[in-house]
Amino acid sequence: MPVQSTARIPRKPASRRALRTPASWRTTALQLALLCLAGSAIMYALMSVVQSLQARGVASGWHFLKQEAGFGISESLIAYSPADSYLRALSVGLLNTLKVSLLAILGASAIGLLVGLIRLSSHWALSRLAGLYVELFRNTPQLLQIVFWYAVFVNLPAPRLALQPVEGVFLSNRGISLPTWADDRLWLMLVAASVAALIWVQWHRRRQAGGRSMSRFGWLIPVLAGLGLLAAIVHWNSEPLLTLPSLQGLNFRGGHTISPEFCALFLGLSLYIAAFIAEIVRGGIQSIDKGQSEAGRALGLTENQILRRVLIPQALRVMLPPAATQFASLVKNSSLAVAIGYPDLVNISNTTMNQTGHVVEAIVIMTTVYLAINFTISLAINLYNRHLARSTG
Amino acid sequence: MTARTTTKRILPWLRTHLFNSPFNSAVTLLLLLGIWAGAPAILDWMLFDSVWRTDDPALCRQAIGACWAVIGEKYRLILFGLYPHDAHWRGALVVILLLALLVGAAVVRRWTLARIITWMSGLLLALILQAGGIAGLAPVGTDQWSGLPLTLLLFMGTLILGTPAGILLALGRRSRQPFVRHACAGYIEFIRGVPLVNILFMSTLILPLFLPSGVSIDKLLRVQLGIALCYAAYCAEVLRGGLQAIGRGQYEAAEVLGLGYWHTTTRIVLPQALRIAAAPLVNEIIRAFKNTSVLAVIGLFDVLGATMAALEDPSWSAYYVEAYLMVFALYLAFCWPLSRYGRSLETELRKGERT
Repeated sequence: MPVQSTARIPRKPASRRALRTPASWRTTALQLALLCLAGSAIMYALMSVVQSLQARGVASGWHFLKQEAGFGISESLIAYSPADSYLRALSVGLLNTLKVSLLAILGASAIGLLVGLIRLSSHWALSRLAGLYVELFRNTPQLLQIVFWYAVFVNLPAPRLALQPVEGVFLSNRGISLPTWADDRLWLMLVAASVAALIWVQWHRRRQAGGRSMSRFGWLIPVLAGLGLLAAIVHWNSEPLLTLPSLQGLNFRGGHTISPEFCALFLGLSLYIAAFIAEIVRGGIQSIDKGQSEAGRALGLTENQILRRVLIPQALRVMLPPAATQFASLVKNSSLAVAIGYPDLVNISNTTMNQTGHVVEAIVIMTTVYLAINFTISLAINLYNRHLARSTG
Repeated sequence: MTARTTTKRILPWLRTHLFNSPFNSAVTLLLLLGIWAGAPAILDWMLFDSVWRTDDPALCRQAIGACWAVIGEKYRLILFGLYPHDAHWRGALVVILLLALLVGAAVVRRWTLARIITWMSGLLLALILQAGGIAGLAPVGTDQWSGLPLTLLLFMGTLILGTPAGILLALGRRSRQPFVRHACAGYIEFIRGVPLVNILFMSTLILPLFLPSGVSIDKLLRVQLGIALCYAAYCAEVLRGGLQAIGRGQYEAAEVLGLGYWHTTTRIVLPQALRIAAAPLVNEIIRAFKNTSVLAVIGLFDVLGATMAALEDPSWSAYYVEAYLMVFALYLAFCWPLSRYGRSLETELRKGERT
């Protein structure tokens, strides 16, 4: 388990340390000198920053955050207009970073798990194909992949000639237009229903583990309930449930349109990180002792059951910490959005410093936010490791 | 005779590799179906309906297939960017020289002083060729350095500056002096927590503010420092694994022999740690190479930046797939052998462990 080890060069026994007093005096003096040196270097740097900012006539301070931003942002999770403040613009950027990162983490995990399992397949050609995927995506730059996907989306036909792979879904150079719920409350209901179903399934499992007999069709109950609910909504709601995108003038109206910038960044991030996740999945499953799958076979489990019930749960422990490192680098890579104009935190900070000249402040904000995100991820890994250490005894 | 050996060898191979279960047989058939349906279209696009050589984009627009002519038209811009046109031969020589140096560094196992001097003078020669100003070569300013020579030079610079810094950081992180230890750990975690774009912003925009007025550092050098300092932190993290793998007995034996810290480190600890960390270090080196492409974001014309600039030409911009495929191929041609080299190092090390 890659827990951070604190093993260092063993300290000398106490009895001998007494003999080494001159050396320890020397190290203390050296440390003090280094401390002074570092301190004065930092002081000097700060002073020269202040001086050169004054020389350039740039005001420093955080007041600009309350000023009107004056630039539009193409997509936002919260209400935003150019009349809003820089602070709000930066929050929009942060939310966009989080949005694309979270979705791409889900995408990368799904694709990576699939590719990793295919890589372990007993089918010679399939396994080789998965290997090819890993090598191709791992050995080319992340930025090249993002820029390539962006070129693909931008070079799609104009809305009038949009591709329609499925009824109601349009691919054009404006992005992907999808049908969406007419009423936002339906989203909330859907989320609530899924959470309820999940809780029900968990409770069901726990009862099963307790040894009570359950019918094999227990899972049907939440599904039927959900279908009944949907039917009721359709019956009592006179308006259509979905709005379809339709062409009006030069663009689509209705439905939900995902921007080409988001699509390119999402695809680029998830396909690239998926190649690394696939290798982690493969290594994780291969690290499980062969006796485990042999025991599963002896118990009469099918290969599929062995994989799902025996191998993956154990491999997950090995896989999660390195996967989390990959997720952290996915979040960092999302900053490449600036190359294709997706309004993420770096992109908006960049615009902010170009407009206001508050270069230092904008970079400090950017850095602090990324450090905080990274810190959260590594805190989560450490908590998980501690949890594992406790549960495995 | 040959027919019999083929049936003897190929049929069992097929049975054990492609038809080893009902599910796998079905997959094989599906794959064959996919190839049968998809391959002709791909081959038509790539070969039979494509345009290979023309300087007239109109010809490409009429064709159904790929327009490989865009590479013929733009390869100089992609490979050498803004570098003066009649000095491209110098850029090509720089690329060849640097690749030879890299291969040499991968192959040579015993670094004698003479070899190190030869290697360094090769690098100096490459720099002289690139910059000019000596021996009748016209000087070329760093603002014109671009394309593949720039990518490779920055990559080499990153390794040469970053690896020693990474070693020092890794040692510092295990130092007995708390100040050194915490400073090194803080630096490594800070860099690893922040995107490269962010670090490049710092090194290009904030670093100049630190300097007293009148002193300025070349933009390329600032960028070089940024990516090298970033690589150093990742390199240190990998080396930490190697250092942790070294048993206590090694330190104790060194102490018994009366070796001091620097002797123990350079003669006993580092050689073993570097050996253990060699394979993961190659992964970091590959990452460093891929990361040079981020320069395109801050307006330098490395291979990717030059390609993006080349595709801004409206008459050729529709053929982005062909141009990007070439860049993909360039990066693959570099990174794939390197990753195989890393894997061979790993198996070599395992062999050493067993005996």
